[in-house]
Amino acid sequence: MTVAIIDCGGANLRSVQRAVELRSMKTIITNNKDVVSNASFVILPGVGSASSVMNSLKSNSLIPTIKNLTQPVLGICIGMHVLFDHSEEHDTECMGIIAGNIKKFKPDINIKVPQMGWNKVTFNDSNKNKLDDYYYFANSYYSPISNYALATADYSLPYSAAVQSNNFYGCQFHPEKSSLAGQKFLDYFFNYNENITSY
Amino acid sequence: MITKRIIPCLDVKEDKVVKGVQFKNHKIVGSILDLAERYSNDGADELVFYDISASTKGSIVNREWVSKIAEVINIPFCVAGGIKTLDDAKEILNLGADKISINTPALVNPKLIKELSDEFGSQCVVIGMDVKIIDNEAYLFAKTGNEKTAYSTDILASNWLVKVQELGAGEVVINAMGQDGVQQGYDIDLLQTLEKFCSIPMIASGGAGGPQDFIDVFKKTNVDGALAASIFHRNKFSIGEIKEVLKYNEINIRI
Repeated sequence: MTVAIIDCGGANLRSVQRAVELRSMKTIITNNKDVVSNASFVILPGVGSASSVMNSLKSNSLIPTIKNLTQPVLGICIGMHVLFDHSEEHDTECMGIIAGNIKKFKPDINIKVPQMGWNKVTFNDSNKNKLDDYYYFANSYYSPISNYALATADYSLPYSAAVQSNNFYGCQFHPEKSSLAGQKFLDYFFNYNENITSY
Repeated sequence: MITKRIIPCLDVKEDKVVKGVQFKNHKIVGSILDLAERYSNDGADELVFYDISASTKGSIVNREWVSKIAEVINIPFCVAGGIKTLDDAKEILNLGADKISINTPALVNPKLIKELSDEFGSQCVVIGMDVKIIDNEAYLFAKTGNEKTAYSTDILASNWLVKVQELGAGEVVINAMGQDGVQQGYDIDLLQTLEKFCSIPMIASGGAGGPQDFIDVFKKTNVDGALAASIFHRNKFSIGEIKEVLKYNEINIRI
């Protein structure tokens, strides 16, 4: 069971890799499409901007490969944003795997942008309420609430903290930086094919 | 809503964690990895690693420590000290840091803030501001890692705060130099003055001595986090104990 962690040029791949290794999974950091296609799980981390991640995926011809994946895929933060149709960040066309657009938080007296810190996440399905916890966020852009929302959080408005469409998952928070909560969430993702109602 | 953050800071000099008083007379307080792991397990919301010798010697933070720390913690991790270029920042981030904090190099070359923010996103870019009140005005200091090199700039902290936000900074840490290491409370007046100019997350630093200081800073100002060193290094209170008291006082905190 190999987890392919796609190298989109952003920094901090090692944190994601280590978090996955702690779940006793084998990892490979790659931008090779055959390696990605053949992996049991695929993680698309994202630090940087939606445009820089999309440019990196394009230059490695990874977009058709990712769209055709049937194994579980997890996009983290910007890696989640690029699964959608479009991001307001640098007006970026994204992969269009999940319908919807990524918006920017508007700073006001109640909120500062970026959102930086630990926010309370609530999973929509009561079977998954053991995953409810504080998770670490660092983002200026967010996915609005939609039918794809798996979990929500609140930052002056409610937004999608995690999403799912078929085998594609996304989380706005950073599981690799979210202490025990993040480890639990990764276990949930890696148990995709098993009975997940225990969460 | 988002919780208030408690952020222990490891001031590192010659491979040991040290702590001074008002940025002087640094004494060794512990080993880097032991403290990093202890704080992470004890509920720290974030960790800061600050190489205080780097900015004054012209050297860069000892990179080996960054990856070693990243291996023993699973919370966000900010590195400060002598980061002057995009390449410096990239290397530190690749070693496992989530954010980089710059102080003197940003004053010398403000464009660096924009370059870093464009490349890595503003959430990665923290500006450290060492501030001292002189004749009722808050001025910025530079090269503060060593008392011999520290000097006052003629830049007002409020003006700099506005400028760094325009350039794309994602967070600021306000170090009240007069309060550093004396454990007599955060500089509430200074923070109240500066927060009027701030629409990005702001972290208070300097002066934490007991639970009441954390309660005061979160009740009287709008800061997002409180950084502290002496109180935790000396085991006066644990992070968990501080958090319990904050929660009891109805401050939104992660436990």
